Amino acid sequence: MTDPLALDPVLPVRQRSERPWNDDLPHDERYRHFEEHVIAGGKIEATDWMPDEYRTAVLRFVEMHANSELMGVLPEREWIMRAPTLRRKLALTAKVQDEVGHAQLLYRVAEDLGKPREQMLEDLMAGKTKFHNVFHYPTKSWGDIGIIAWLVDAAAIVAQQALRDSSYAPYARTMQKVCWEESVHIMHGRDVVVTLMNGTPSQRELVQEALNRWWGPLMQMHGPRGDRAKDRDLHWRIKAKTSEELRQEFLTIYVPRLWELGLTVPDPNLKLDESTKTWSYTEPDWDELRSVVTGHGPKSQERLEFRRLNRADTSWVRATVFGLPAVLPPAEPAFV
Amino acid sequence: MTPTVMGSDGPSPTTEIGHTSASGPVLEPYEVFRQEKDGDPMRHGGNVMAPDPELALHYAREMFSRRNESTRLWIVRRADIAILEDADLLNPPLDRSFKKPGGYVMRDKLAAARERAGTAKPAARAESHDRTGGRRQGGAGGTE
Repeated sequence: MTDPLALDPVLPVRQRSERPWNDDLPHDERYRHFEEHVIAGGKIEATDWMPDEYRTAVLRFVEMHANSELMGVLPEREWIMRAPTLRRKLALTAKVQDEVGHAQLLYRVAEDLGKPREQMLEDLMAGKTKFHNVFHYPTKSWGDIGIIAWLVDAAAIVAQQALRDSSYAPYARTMQKVCWEESVHIMHGRDVVVTLMNGTPSQRELVQEALNRWWGPLMQMHGPRGDRAKDRDLHWRIKAKTSEELRQEFLTIYVPRLWELGLTVPDPNLKLDESTKTWSYTEPDWDELRSVVTGHGPKSQERLEFRRLNRADTSWVRATVFGLPAVLPPAEPAFV
Repeated sequence: MTPTVMGSDGPSPTTEIGHTSASGPVLEPYEVFRQEKDGDPMRHGGNVMAPDPELALHYAREMFSRRNESTRLWIVRRADIAILEDADLLNPPLDRSFKKPGGYVMRDKLAAARERAGTAKPAARAESHDRTGGRRQGGAGGTE
């Protein structure tokens, strides 16, 4: 027979109250307990109580990540039909599918924090929320596809690996799956690059030209150096590393791999200080970063417009799912 | 009445439907998922038989956290679980190697590229993002 008192509290009230989600405390005290909990490495679940400031900070972070996954497939999608072999086409299609899948997972995480997915998509298309700088640029050659899959995904995974320790547990767990899939994308990208580097002089030139164009955006991607003490996302342990730590990690792993292939990194000031193990480099163009992520990149508006048209085009699918009368798209769809 | 607790892990035909007796309530299986520590995923722990969700909760607590071994339990009616185990859908017999690290073997290509460029192999690094699935592997080099 189950003890009828089994679910009764064992600890006295004060001790139980040290869990931040207990609701028998005044707000400020509860906030303080919550803060101590996350700073000590404690985890938060979607159903736990959390201060609005924390909820908003996680939501903003995850929403931006989800937006980036969703918008990030557009530059690569343009090359599916132009992939050089069937196998490359399959791999690229699978990558695009994975990234949209990541967007789905991440919008789900964000949704649990209180913002409906429809609203997030509306805000994205209205330019009210952002996506990563690297997805605002054109893809001009097959070399871009190799550089994006290898280096953009590598720069992303450096950040995402650190997020597996996020204090927001649903996000941290989602990153496990995301990192696992991204690691295959990196191999696909590196394989494309290495194959081209073993090809003709013009193929090698293609890679070098792509690298030259992507290096600036890659160096901007993690954002300007910030003050660790003032970073609220670090304070809450939503993320674990600063922008500069991520950039250094990226350079440490990938610059030697670019050099190995005989590629030139287009920054004459790029240098590793062997004693401190830190890289020095030309200051990235932060004005360009700010301008690009606020919707003024070379492809920002075109890609958002694609999303708008695509959304209108597929509205009948959503209507059907919700059992609403569907308005069918015109006979000639804008996009196939 | 003594609670009936199933010993098996998965659905079995004999216990699929709760049993009735003239005097007792209808029992049905509830699957229990437990989180071992803060931040862990919920993992299947086992199941209990109960006449209603509330008792299922009590039984689950007795069975799966009586030594403080769980920080959280999820208790779900087995009948509410949708199961997909069709191999044609989950493991279709197609070549999907391009989706897996093993589909990209670069050792020879990298050696050829190095030879042409006249460069040396970079020092192996403990931290690498490919093949290892993003996890650190002590001593594993950064090459394929």
